[in-house]
Amino acid sequence: MSGLPDPRIPDGPLATAWRRTRAGLPLISPLRKRKLRILVVGSGLAGSAAAATLAEQGYQVQLVTFHDSPRRAHSVAAQGGINAAKNYANDGDSVERLFADTVKGGDFRAREAGCYRLAEISGSIIDQCVAQGVPFAREYGGTLANRNFGGALVSRTFYARGQTGQQLLYGAYQALMRQVAAGRVELLTRRDMLELVKVDGVARGVVCRNLLTGALESYTANAVLLASGGYTNVYYLSTNALKSNASAIWRAHQQGALFANPCFTQIHPTCIPSGDAYQSKLTLMSESLRNDGRVWLPLTPGDCRQADQIPEAERDYFLERQYPSYGNMVPRDVASRRARELCNGGRGVGPGGRSVYLDFNDAIQSQGSGVIGARYGNLFEMYQRITGDDPMRSPMRIYPAPHYTMGGLWVDYHLMSSIPGLFVLGEANFSEHGANRLGASALMQGLADGYFIAPATVTAWLAEAGALGQGDSPLQEACREAMDRAGLRINGLLAVAGDRPVDSFHRELGHLMLEHCGISRSAAGLRAALVAVADLEGRFQREVRVPGEALEPNAELEKALRLSDFFGLAQLMLRDALAREESCGAHFREEHQSPEGEAVRDDKNFAHIAAWEYRQGADPIRHQEPLAFSQLQPSTRNYR
Amino acid sequence: MSNPLSLNLRIWRQERADLPGSYVNYRLEQVSADLSLLEALDLLNEQLIVSGERPVLFEHDCREGICGSCGFLVNGQAHGPQAATTVCQLYLRRFKDGDTLTLAPWQAKAFPLIQDLAVDRGALDHLIEAGGFCSVNTGSAPDANALLVGRQQASSAFETATCIGCGACVASCRNASASLFVAAKLAHLAQLPQGQPERATRAEAMQRQMLKEGFGSCSSQLECEAVCPKQISADWISWMHGERRRLAESAG
Ligand SMILES: Cc1cc2nc3c(=O)[nH]c(=O)nc-3n(C[C@H](O)[C@H](O)[C@H](O)COP(=O)(O)OP(=O)(O)OC[C@H]3O[C@@H](n4cnc5c(N)ncnc54)[C@H](O)[C@@H]3O)c2cc1C
Ligand code: SF4
Ligand code: FES
Repeated sequence: MSGLPDPRIPDGPLATAWRRTRAGLPLISPLRKRKLRILVVGSGLAGSAAAATLAEQGYQVQLVTFHDSPRRAHSVAAQGGINAAKNYANDGDSVERLFADTVKGGDFRAREAGCYRLAEISGSIIDQCVAQGVPFAREYGGTLANRNFGGALVSRTFYARGQTGQQLLYGAYQALMRQVAAGRVELLTRRDMLELVKVDGVARGVVCRNLLTGALESYTANAVLLASGGYTNVYYLSTNALKSNASAIWRAHQQGALFANPCFTQIHPTCIPSGDAYQSKLTLMSESLRNDGRVWLPLTPGDCRQADQIPEAERDYFLERQYPSYGNMVPRDVASRRARELCNGGRGVGPGGRSVYLDFNDAIQSQGSGVIGARYGNLFEMYQRITGDDPMRSPMRIYPAPHYTMGGLWVDYHLMSSIPGLFVLGEANFSEHGANRLGASALMQGLADGYFIAPATVTAWLAEAGALGQGDSPLQEACREAMDRAGLRINGLLAVAGDRPVDSFHRELGHLMLEHCGISRSAAGLRAALVAVADLEGRFQREVRVPGEALEPNAELEKALRLSDFFGLAQLMLRDALAREESCGAHFREEHQSPEGEAVRDDKNFAHIAAWEYRQGADPIRHQEPLAFSQLQPSTRNYR
Repeated sequence: MSNPLSLNLRIWRQERADLPGSYVNYRLEQVSADLSLLEALDLLNEQLIVSGERPVLFEHDCREGICGSCGFLVNGQAHGPQAATTVCQLYLRRFKDGDTLTLAPWQAKAFPLIQDLAVDRGALDHLIEAGGFCSVNTGSAPDANALLVGRQQASSAFETATCIGCGACVASCRNASASLFVAAKLAHLAQLPQGQPERATRAEAMQRQMLKEGFGSCSSQLECEAVCPKQISADWISWMHGERRRLAESAG
């Protein structure tokens, strides 16, 4: 493959671009649809929504997921809410405003056309979910309730207590199970996708390991959709479910799919900080808490009095001080960076000075504990279970944690990767978030991709090229080769006669990545990390111990396969961060900052998407897709 | 920071459903009380791997009490001694230095054993498949605010919709009944206008499927309610029985 394929961004006015595109897409007769097979990998919001919708349209769908049930996909954990430009709150919201906030929030590193389409579709998502029975929060009169989220001045976030992702996923899961019952979706649970199958350069299937028997299985289709989620677990400790991984997209990348903006990873400001070395997880405290919680630190470094012993005059509500118009609601990258700076400067509280206070006292005083309890009850309980402290009595302690990946496989406007026939949805693609995702917009993007965009564009691909490479024997041959590749990797890992468990390497990798490719990055740190990660990968290959056999349930083998892919990805992230000589959104290069410590973007040289091409045994190639802005002019983000 | 503690772990080890299993004793020395029970098992597994023993298989993923993957019996109680808590959210500070914890898998005919502490809960998906949804195709929905739902009603529907499908209710019921799981789904959808058109067929189909999957009938011991990490009330089971009567009357 050479260069970058056409991103297929429509010309003309943004406001009608998606409508015009859709109107021009070819259709397929219901009779033919029944004969076409679509393979979906992943049963999160994006995958379940896409599989259900494509099945409703009449295709034969197979859905592969490593979970035992689609209901467990990581999407279930999303707490805060989902955005939509419905203007139900009558505070002046509109598609244009949501679009503008998305582009601006992403620091002008996302495509305008994609952001516009997302804002436009957002309203239909809420309609669809309500019709499925998603119990969103309501006002007394029965209409839908909204709340405010970081990076926005309007209330456009729909929510179901602190369990929005759970309720949206159950909606999609139920729609999916309805299709399973109707015989239109074959549900293949406990299958781990290990390889992509291509024939004549076109994606035609996948190879999976059956997690119960260990057997390798291949599945073929006329189109393959990857909706396998994000890769934040490259940092080991993160807010993601422990089995979230990069394997599906990394295998596709090795088969030629370009990987876009891998270094754009979001560090969420409000998570429960880490303590013990064996801690496996950082738990998110939803951003919505910042609606009522005030972030502060003691003015004096080393002040170790209890929070309630520190008088008002000796507290620094630093976000309110530095950003008077957004205050505690500044976007995530800004809040995270400020917290880290102050903690590094010795002002942090808690063990090792690695946290800041999120205080609900004022809100409890003014609104009453009943109101606050009703609003955030389950989050407060979760915090108390994990830390043993009650946020109703003393402020929460929070710290930034790796949370979401804006990078992912490169896709065009049709969500097709650079491999024809391979579509990528949800967090697995590099999508519309640019350099920084605003709160409550990932759920929106996953569902827009799954319910509305992919069903239209996959149909168009199948209409035009679905019959490509139908010959049976080349397909069988390709499946066999892909199975061999997977088998070799498995046997290779089992054969290493080392003595260190997989997790010990993963913790080390996570530490390196957090240190050098986390909230802030420098050229020297990134270069050092490139050497260190390559070295660690070498040690992993020589010293790991993967017990057990291939043909049985083997959780350690699953982890080892994932970690071996994270090593490759980590190096790509470091390279990408090094090449991007600017600060933008969540990517903060220490060399590029203003005297006030704000990010300095370089639109002249970096207003582009970096799309990396994999090369076996050689350095990857960085392609650039220039970004053009017609409706909004790149401006410096200013939340002050 | 809590003080470290040492624990005896008595864990059910069984390689395959068709091979016999038995309890094996392990000891964890001086571990941080701030670890969760699953993190303690991670630690144990690392020790087992280094010493060449097969690690303990248990299911988990989110580790924050929401995905429903985790779950086994701790000293005979589903998800352990703490109310409204999944086993991944059970922290060692709940226990005392020197305590013995007996860990065993869910036991129910409808949940075949996979290995050690892991069982197959696919039967719960079959229950949803039998009708636990609203039949609405994508793209054909009316404006969301066209359907008004009172705040109380929405919040009550939400309470029942929070079931995470962990199966603790089944494992703690002496008849291994899935009544709480099914009642929760029926109540979630029946409390919303969207769920009305299929209300009767859904109730009938899901309850019929429950028997087909090998779940027993409700034993009325209320153990399910006591162990449910989402605190779903067993009153919904009575509601479900009443629902059948009400629907039969209105149809008749
Ligand atoms: C704690 C938390 C809170 C969040 N809160 C919010 C919020 O309030 N609002 C918001 O908008 N966003 C939120 N997000 C982000 C959002 O939840 C995710 O971005 C989104 O749910 C991702 O959905 P997805 O469908 O792309 O992937 P996922 O839900 O991650 O699904 C991935 C699927 O792929 C499958 N899979 C992965 N790899 C393989 C493989 N190799 N083989 C087979 N199957 C595979 C998995 O089994 C799974 O089914 C939150 C994220 C976290 C971590
Ligand atoms: S009703 Fe409660 S115990 Fe039963 S599956 Fe649902 S959450 Fe688990
Ligand atoms: S691991 Fe998800 S609920 Fe326990």
